Amino acid sequence: MRRGLLSLTILAMLVVSVGVLAQEVSIAVVWSGTELQAFKDTIAVFESNTGIDVVIDEVGRDLPTVLPVRVAAGNPPDLAALPNPGQMKEFADQGALVALDGLENLADHPQAFLDLGSVDGSVYGFFISADLKSLVWYNTKAFAAAGYEIPTSWPALIALSNQIVADGGTPWAIGLESGAASGWAGTDWIEDIMLRTAGPDLYDQWVNHEIAWTHPAVKKAWEYFGQIVNASGYVYGGAVGALTINFGDSPSIMFDDPPGAYMHRQATFIQSFILNADPDLIPVEDYNIFVFPPISPVFGTPLLGAGDLIGVFNNTPEAMALADYLASAEAQAIWCAALGKLAINTTVDPSIYPDAITAQAAGMLADASTFRFDGSDLMPAAVGSGTFWTGVLDYISGIPLDTVLEAIEASAVDAYGE
Amino acid sequence: MRTRRWVPWLYAGPAILLLIFFLVFPSVETARLSFMDRGGDSYVGFQNYIYAFTNSTMLTAFRNNAIWVVVFTVFTVSLGLLFAVLLDRVRYEKIIKSIVFIPMAISMVGAGTIWKFVYAYRPAGASQIGLLNAIVVGLGGQPIGWLIERPWVNNFCLIAVGIWMWTGFCMVVLSAAYKNIPRQLMEAARIDGANEWQIFRRVILPLLKPTIAVVTTTMIVFVLKIFDIVYVMTNGNFSTEVLANRMYKEQYAFANYGRASAIAVIILLLIIPMMVVNIRRFKQQEAIR
Repeated sequence: MRRGLLSLTILAMLVVSVGVLAQEVSIAVVWSGTELQAFKDTIAVFESNTGIDVVIDEVGRDLPTVLPVRVAAGNPPDLAALPNPGQMKEFADQGALVALDGLENLADHPQAFLDLGSVDGSVYGFFISADLKSLVWYNTKAFAAAGYEIPTSWPALIALSNQIVADGGTPWAIGLESGAASGWAGTDWIEDIMLRTAGPDLYDQWVNHEIAWTHPAVKKAWEYFGQIVNASGYVYGGAVGALTINFGDSPSIMFDDPPGAYMHRQATFIQSFILNADPDLIPVEDYNIFVFPPISPVFGTPLLGAGDLIGVFNNTPEAMALADYLASAEAQAIWCAALGKLAINTTVDPSIYPDAITAQAAGMLADASTFRFDGSDLMPAAVGSGTFWTGVLDYISGIPLDTVLEAIEASAVDAYGE
Repeated sequence: MRTRRWVPWLYAGPAILLLIFFLVFPSVETARLSFMDRGGDSYVGFQNYIYAFTNSTMLTAFRNNAIWVVVFTVFTVSLGLLFAVLLDRVRYEKIIKSIVFIPMAISMVGAGTIWKFVYAYRPAGASQIGLLNAIVVGLGGQPIGWLIERPWVNNFCLIAVGIWMWTGFCMVVLSAAYKNIPRQLMEAARIDGANEWQIFRRVILPLLKPTIAVVTTTMIVFVLKIFDIVYVMTNGNFSTEVLANRMYKEQYAFANYGRASAIAVIILLLIIPMMVVNIRRFKQQEAIR
């Protein structure tokens, strides 16, 4: 009798534990605060639909350091929010990631994003959302009052800038100050221009340091940036203004009376800064966006941005179910509606977005022929968060371009371990 | 009763163990890491030191540390001395001294942030949000990018923040020493016909000399490690880099432990002579007693 009871207990424990094991999936995430809460809300729907328990491993911003260690130790989470495509490729090359080609919901993802998450033709990572960086924000009413048209090419952009100067205004609000990260806003300009003048292939080679920083194509991108940032009368406060004004403060210059500037090139997230400074402004009516215009007709209008990438490390049914859910319109609608990010799944209803501008940006992203990840985030930190940032500041403060590029190149040779 | 030989060790033991664990071991480990590669995996000889003495940003950092040591130390100590001696004769001594000392109560990061606002730039014509540029424009001048203008304006603007903070400390220490000087000495000098400058030069200064020396070396040791003000206000951009900020960047932004350790060792080696001077002086004073 006692023996029977014991074996029954053991059996029961076994069933329970197997049940728990089978019904659990872990995901390591980089998010905290409102982003983490939005992710929990997204996951809650999955849990109640499937009964699978999701364990969120709140690693936080150390994830890029922690994840390789856990993978090397043979103890990765089932899924993870991967820091960037570069690290994703490293994991895929090591054979640590599970190929996701079979996931149903990936059929609704644009090819440009699938390509970005692919290694050797197989998908190893997919995006749940993105921030779009190739945007120019402008003061709608000021544009209408002066009769300015939205420029659709680089010459038109320069012509418009000249027109604004001729009319006694200042075309650009540029602010590169960002505390210890000062200069990053300028790297986005150069990346956007590089994509348009040299094309995505050369852009990739540049990011991987297969071409030098002194390469003519790289120099050309900087010179295009210089056409605006170093041009007399183009930038609010000139070079000193661009170098000292905080990136978050600079767009609100456009809403001074009279406007201190007319245009501001920045990612989707800047809208919260605009509204924070002037809560009375109404999207579209007071400010709007246009896409950073193409430069070379060969390369069209590629889009630059950053995104939240998901990879799967353990091929269990629960992990695959969670991955498929995160790729779905249902999950991305919850996540993006809460944060104002842009969904990748093209079947997400545009009405989930908090305003028309975010919806418009999402539309641009869905139609993107080419999308590239923010290059400075993919480079080794000593370059991408080091000499590239300081190089931009040095260039604007009057150091000759060749000197700047040689300095970055020297650090790159060192940092890429060549 | 003769004390057994092991008894002193018993008392000093715990302190020695703590010192070894928290000071000696980390120093030796840092020195070891300074000869290793970025991840601390393999030996690279003197490469990190070669980098430290040839890289152009590092050379700028050495130059700026030298500027900091000279300008910061001269100004904090001499201003501190000036306040200590002159305020002794003022009726509102306590109030004025408190005002001079208040910045000491502010954290370095807080001070950096406050002064960043003071130096803020807005173009001519716009309303100036920075105090300094508001004054300049009010006097009919053009606004200046205080933290951009290299290499002298921005470095001196940063050093000014340090002086603003630490003059109070020098003043308090020197003032205490000054008040310890017997008044009879000054009265005697006065009766002998010395004027105020002669009293200061021949009586006060020689008697304050040991204190001035201690304050000066303390300031030098402090300023060789200067980090917070630069990190908060410019992060070393526009040729304002200093050694400690470079060390921080190599360690935390670039994850290059080898180079960060090498810079740490260099800073330590620069500080050691100052420590030796301080300890020698301390021993001399002990001997006098």
